[in-house]
Amino acid sequence: MADVTIEARNTIKAFGQGAQAVRALDDVSIQINRGEFFTLLGPSGCGKTTLLRLIAGFEMPTSGQILLDGADITDLPPNRRPVNTVFQSYALFPHLTVAENVGFGLTMQGRPKAEVAATVAHMLALVKLEAMANRKTSQLSGGQQQRVALARALAPKPKVLLLDEPLSALDLKLRKEMQVELKRLQTETGITFVFVTHDQEEALTMSDRIGVMSAGKLQQVGSPKDIYTRPVNRFVAGFIGETNFLPATGGAGGAKLGCGAVIDGVAANGAVTLTIRPEQVRLTAAAEPGAIPATVTLLVYFGTDTHLHLALPDGASIVARVQSPATGEAGLAQGQQVGLRFAPGAVQVLED
Amino acid sequence: MAEKFAVTRLPGFTAIAVVAFIALYAPILTLVAYSFNISESAGTWAGFTLDWYRLAFQNDEVKNAALNSLIVAAFAALISTTVATLAALGTTRRAAFRGQTTIYAVINQPLMVPEIVTAVALLIFFSSVKLATGYTGLGYLILAHAAFCIPFAYLPIRARLEGMDLTLETAASDLYASPWQTFRHVTLPLLMPGVLAGAMLAFVTSLDDVVITEFIKSPGQDTLPTYMLGQLRRQMKPDVNALSALLLAVTLLLLAGVYLLTRKRAD
Repeated sequence: MADVTIEARNTIKAFGQGAQAVRALDDVSIQINRGEFFTLLGPSGCGKTTLLRLIAGFEMPTSGQILLDGADITDLPPNRRPVNTVFQSYALFPHLTVAENVGFGLTMQGRPKAEVAATVAHMLALVKLEAMANRKTSQLSGGQQQRVALARALAPKPKVLLLDEPLSALDLKLRKEMQVELKRLQTETGITFVFVTHDQEEALTMSDRIGVMSAGKLQQVGSPKDIYTRPVNRFVAGFIGETNFLPATGGAGGAKLGCGAVIDGVAANGAVTLTIRPEQVRLTAAAEPGAIPATVTLLVYFGTDTHLHLALPDGASIVARVQSPATGEAGLAQGQQVGLRFAPGAVQVLED
Repeated sequence: MAEKFAVTRLPGFTAIAVVAFIALYAPILTLVAYSFNISESAGTWAGFTLDWYRLAFQNDEVKNAALNSLIVAAFAALISTTVATLAALGTTRRAAFRGQTTIYAVINQPLMVPEIVTAVALLIFFSSVKLATGYTGLGYLILAHAAFCIPFAYLPIRARLEGMDLTLETAASDLYASPWQTFRHVTLPLLMPGVLAGAMLAFVTSLDDVVITEFIKSPGQDTLPTYMLGQLRRQMKPDVNALSALLLAVTLLLLAGVYLLTRKRAD
């Protein structure tokens, strides 16, 4: 229990009554460490925003507890939790200036005017909006509003900052900039960030740890590398990045694919599903001993990479990603016979 | 390409609109014009004068009635707007509840129930109160006006609240604002245009009420409209035209205020 800031214990959140009740959160327990950039990742409706709202205090759990620094805050209203939120819609106060928005939390806490002014100036400098202090928020661009929302939530120095898909309204270029910006702010302030997104790339690039959610349950918690290279189940493997699923039968010598090829060094028993990332599939000459024979069915050019859709002898399909050659043809064509090898340790056995 | 249906393109639209506007506004314009007429008899124009206005301003009965009107309208607007604001908050700032439609109907009943019925009911009720207490002041008029002004204040306030993003109040509570601070610093400032519009509508509605006032006013008490009605019973004099024109001016000013407050910002 080294340094846990926020913890959810067996939280259940049900909406509706009786038989029609839907569990948005189904017995979720999670520990988020101090100063960490933690991302809740999942498709819409997986319960990630509900968990965020429980931490913020906007919703009460049907059962279970929320703890902050070891103290039970389950029954505290949002205004008494040292936790602030950056809303998806920003929710800036339209009747206040940028500076008044940023100072709102401190003013409500009854801090002295001089302190509020100093903190607001510091926060505006941090998000590079000093020149906008006296503007109305409606006069700002989407990216600038985003920064005001961030500054407003950071100004009271919360123990945890909650971010509810804050980048989803921005265009791609601005989103990339804000990703870097967020990471910088998190490092500079040292505040624990809990970030909610459905964008797996965003999650992988920004997070210290990721919690993958689906159907109200936490599927896997781990570092981006863990999640990507060692997914625990089919959902996580499929949701994070692209991957191949291959049915196989486990045995003493390894796992046997449908086409008869045996993958060495894979410990499994009975019918299992193997997964391998496209970039871990290596191409060899068709005749190379030990290689799995395959036929190229489709070539898709992606710029830096080319995706090869391949058919195994039993009809199973698999995708390989290879670096596009610097010039012209890769020496590959549709219908060509090739051999496949899997990078050592790259094949994972999935629970389900 | 299929064109959108637009009522303005129907044949005869312009003609009907012109007729409707003439029917609505010609009598009012005539009244305003005759308030500047030298001749006492309606129907003959004898030249321009401001005498009728001067006469109206010099008349103590008129001054007294105007003062009563303003006092009643101001208090009625204040009370009905306060009640309407609370009612609007209670009916929009929560999940839909059983009996919500009934609540709407109860709040808006003065719009539906014939005014004369309300007037008679209030007459009976206030008569017994007057007998019991001996008080015959403006309080009865203020209470009665406040009651029937509530829906006029309620509708613009509710419209404003329904258009307001609930996330703003959530954000305020997230930023350490207590429920009262949230109301004071976020909900109320954002609601203010609706509240002012509601208050102005209530004020105007109270200002020109005749039926209910006529029934429940104490003997010798008059508001501007009931005074004018009394004058008409005796003899038609152009100073009533002048007063009407003044009432119209006040009403138009307030309605312009409502328009300015409720129109969408252009930015």
